[in-house]
Amino acid sequence: MPYKIGVYVCHCGTNIAGMVNVEEVADFARGIPGVTLSRTYKFMCSDPGQALLQEDIRKNGLDAVVVAACSPLMHERTFRRAAQEAGLNPFLVQIANIREQCSWVTEGKGAATEKAKALVAAAVRRAREHQPLEMRRVEITPSALVVGGGIAGIQAALDLADAGVQVVLVEREPSIGGHMAMFDKTFPTLDCAACILTPKMVAAGSHPNIKLMTWSEVEEVSGFVGNFKVKIRRKAGYVDHDKCTGCGLCIEKCPYKADSEFEQGLAKRKAIYLPFAQAVPNKPIIDKNACAYLKNGKCRVCVKFCEAAAIDFTQQDRVEEVTVGTIVLATGFQAMDGRRIPELGYGRLPGVYSALEFERLNNAAGPTNGVIQTRDGRAPRSVAILHCTGSRDENHHRYCSRVCCMYALKYAHLLREKLPEARVYNFYIDMRCFGKGYEEFYKRLQEEGVRFVRGKGAQVWGGAEWKAMVPAAAVPEGLEDHQLVVVAEDSLLQQVLHVPVDMVVLTPAFEPRFDAEEVGRRFLVSRGADGFFLEQHPKLAPVSTTNEGVFIAGACQGPKDIPDTVAQGSAAASKALSLITRKEIEIEATTAHVQDELCSGCRTCIGLCPYNAITFDEARKRAAVNDALCKGCGTCVAACPSSAILARHFGDRQIFSEIEGLLSL
Amino acid sequence: MSQAKLKVGVYWGASCGGCDVAFLDIHEKILDVIQVAEVKFWPCAMDFKYKDVEGYPDGYLDITLFNGAIRNSENEHVARLLRKKSKLMVAFGACAHMGGIPGLANFWSKKDIFASAYLESPSTENLQKIVPQVETKVPEGTLKIPELYENVRTLAQTIDVDYTVPGCPPNPEQIAIVLGAVASGKLPAKGAVVGASDKAMCEDCPRKKKELKFKKFQRRHLTHPDPEICFMEQGIVCLGAATRAGCGWRCIGSNMPCRGCYGPLPNVTDQGAKILAAIASHIDSEDPEEVERILDGIPDPAGYFYRFGLPLSLLHRRHLGDR
Repeated sequence: MPYKIGVYVCHCGTNIAGMVNVEEVADFARGIPGVTLSRTYKFMCSDPGQALLQEDIRKNGLDAVVVAACSPLMHERTFRRAAQEAGLNPFLVQIANIREQCSWVTEGKGAATEKAKALVAAAVRRAREHQPLEMRRVEITPSALVVGGGIAGIQAALDLADAGVQVVLVEREPSIGGHMAMFDKTFPTLDCAACILTPKMVAAGSHPNIKLMTWSEVEEVSGFVGNFKVKIRRKAGYVDHDKCTGCGLCIEKCPYKADSEFEQGLAKRKAIYLPFAQAVPNKPIIDKNACAYLKNGKCRVCVKFCEAAAIDFTQQDRVEEVTVGTIVLATGFQAMDGRRIPELGYGRLPGVYSALEFERLNNAAGPTNGVIQTRDGRAPRSVAILHCTGSRDENHHRYCSRVCCMYALKYAHLLREKLPEARVYNFYIDMRCFGKGYEEFYKRLQEEGVRFVRGKGAQVWGGAEWKAMVPAAAVPEGLEDHQLVVVAEDSLLQQVLHVPVDMVVLTPAFEPRFDAEEVGRRFLVSRGADGFFLEQHPKLAPVSTTNEGVFIAGACQGPKDIPDTVAQGSAAASKALSLITRKEIEIEATTAHVQDELCSGCRTCIGLCPYNAITFDEARKRAAVNDALCKGCGTCVAACPSSAILARHFGDRQIFSEIEGLLSL
Repeated sequence: MSQAKLKVGVYWGASCGGCDVAFLDIHEKILDVIQVAEVKFWPCAMDFKYKDVEGYPDGYLDITLFNGAIRNSENEHVARLLRKKSKLMVAFGACAHMGGIPGLANFWSKKDIFASAYLESPSTENLQKIVPQVETKVPEGTLKIPELYENVRTLAQTIDVDYTVPGCPPNPEQIAIVLGAVASGKLPAKGAVVGASDKAMCEDCPRKKKELKFKKFQRRHLTHPDPEICFMEQGIVCLGAATRAGCGWRCIGSNMPCRGCYGPLPNVTDQGAKILAAIASHIDSEDPEEVERILDGIPDPAGYFYRFGLPLSLLHRRHLGDR
């Protein structure tokens, strides 16, 4: 037997030794072919524990080591490093997990000891099949791409730029600012959203280390951590921003209009436009679907008035390529379309508003200059705010959108403030006021005379519809045709209510962006069952993803409020920064490898790799795996019908030996 | 006086006789073969008895080409006898190599098979419910027939095998190659698969390939496949990607998909699982129900993927539980 394997059985205090007879396991290990020595120790991960292992490697020339201890997630790195220091290739260390998978979950000392033996036998057999592997190092380009210019992306870009990192900030819309730019006040402090956001927008727009690319979208990402190559489509805006002074004369003179996206269609904007007054960059673009010249070749009023000669109707989309070391995805969310719940009347009844519409309605810079009024210009005397529109709903989204309770309270407060006479209802399932100062805000609102109804708003009917539908006795007194009736069960009173109101505000669920799947695929970031981007670990790696070097921040990861979003923006920036500061990183050694002499060029593996690491060499008719891109996931290995793709460290022999070891007792 | 001729034995276990016919398919090359080889045992074609073999000294035969699986006690008895009498033992053909078509019996129990063959089939009238017995007492004494085993085994699962010549049947040209190699003394390493490539059928397959994706599987007899294009890309399950080349694309050249008779590639443990994984990797749907529906387009997947190789596979047989 050419092997000299050392086996180390850890007591882990009483964590293991309390349930497993470690001495018996060590004695058993001594009898496995290939094992030259077998010891137990109180805490293998401690310095003396590691030193013991290192001394044995040096003295006895061990050519593999099995540590029977806790999960490899905990200490595989520790023991690999220890082995390496003693001159043994780190991949010749095998961990037998006799804690999480044995002592903690097995009942009875006898059974636990037997199981530990089986796990040790498996590890020894596997270790006999191990091959030394080399980690490789790659340099990291000291720059970052931030995708999405909402508050998360702005925060991440600013943090990175302030640290001296060159940042490319890409925004799909003509201005950065995202959803937060639409808000009037923020809960629970009621400070003005624009007052706290616009300075950051301006800082991002003028930072010497930030290259701002608005009206742009990432089209393709290739490469890998440290060296991502990103193709960005700069959409034609027909205004040369290098020449444009932002004087705004073109906007003033433009005779054509379209619905303002920013105002949620509640107001018009010009065909050449800034989405909103504080837009960054503060330079307009032309909407080619509204511009008469771009549609039928007539007009050119803007050209006439532009002194800077910045209007350029010949502009075409162009694709720019950048190389960055890391990527922060902060692509945000979209609000669910209220029309998907027809019984709430959104889109059918003019008195029913979405939350973003109400934000604009209430905004001093909005279409009504902050006057809360219905579409026909009346001040509402009563308003119902319906919580959980599509959230916590088996038919739509099972998750809680986390911010609706709080902004519903904010709306109630603003309504009470601006329309003290109005009756304000909150129809809720549960109040979820978990953040700092949130519960206090809720208490305050309860004292402000807002009516809280514990019951989900189930239906909204028009006054006229209601009158035509129900017997006269069921029509609330004085119900007018233009009013609305909210049907809800008050679960505290156990009674169905029919509440007449002038205005209904829905709180539509946070949803992943419509193209989240495509974006996820482009950046190789997976998505959870809810469709939001998936973090690497829900607790311990909340902004990392399984694609190394790509981080996520803000509502693209799941519904969250502004403080959490900003915190994640900063967190993602700091993760990106810590990667960049390392200058180089080690990349996976346990990669897949195509054995040319066995590959028949069948192409089964082509297109399977989630990391785009496999290419087909047409000339040689062979598949090839790019080592730097491969994460060792094994998808291609399993699929290869010739077993021509070898998974380093997870070969058939290694896995079968482990299984044989498990079954050998 | 020429060099002493090779003493050759040929035997059939559980097989159809196709491998024996393959010897004759070498046509005039048989004249070359008999220059170097002398048949000392070949029950299918010549008059030999077991006792002739029993009379040979151990190692008397230079080489035995054994075709057929091990299905019953007679197969096993003769396999052991020939192993003793032969310097080299070759598993010849898919049945000896992997269990072959008789190996499909491992999807059933012996009881199932007897019931179907002797009691339940529509053309059977067996009022006394007589099924074969190993021993039957008759007035003259006790009659014995070989015992049918519960499991079909490969030759190498029964005796020590030196080489394997795959195929159902093996490409006739390989027979001359094998005997030529033995005659010239240029023997490959023990355990080698002889007369086949280490790469899959796709290597040098004349059909064009672009992209694999399945929305629907087609059955060969219900479709007219384009003879120029990869079967898989036409939704016809072809085992070529998981099968050793060496047959000369006999099926594929006749516009029939590969059925896998040349067996798994050198590093593969389970040919059927491999082709299943490869196919499943390219189902063009994310919807579990649709995936299910698409997969239902392969009737009898177990029989299709393990047509020749069930006894050799990791499964070995279907687990019948407490049936």
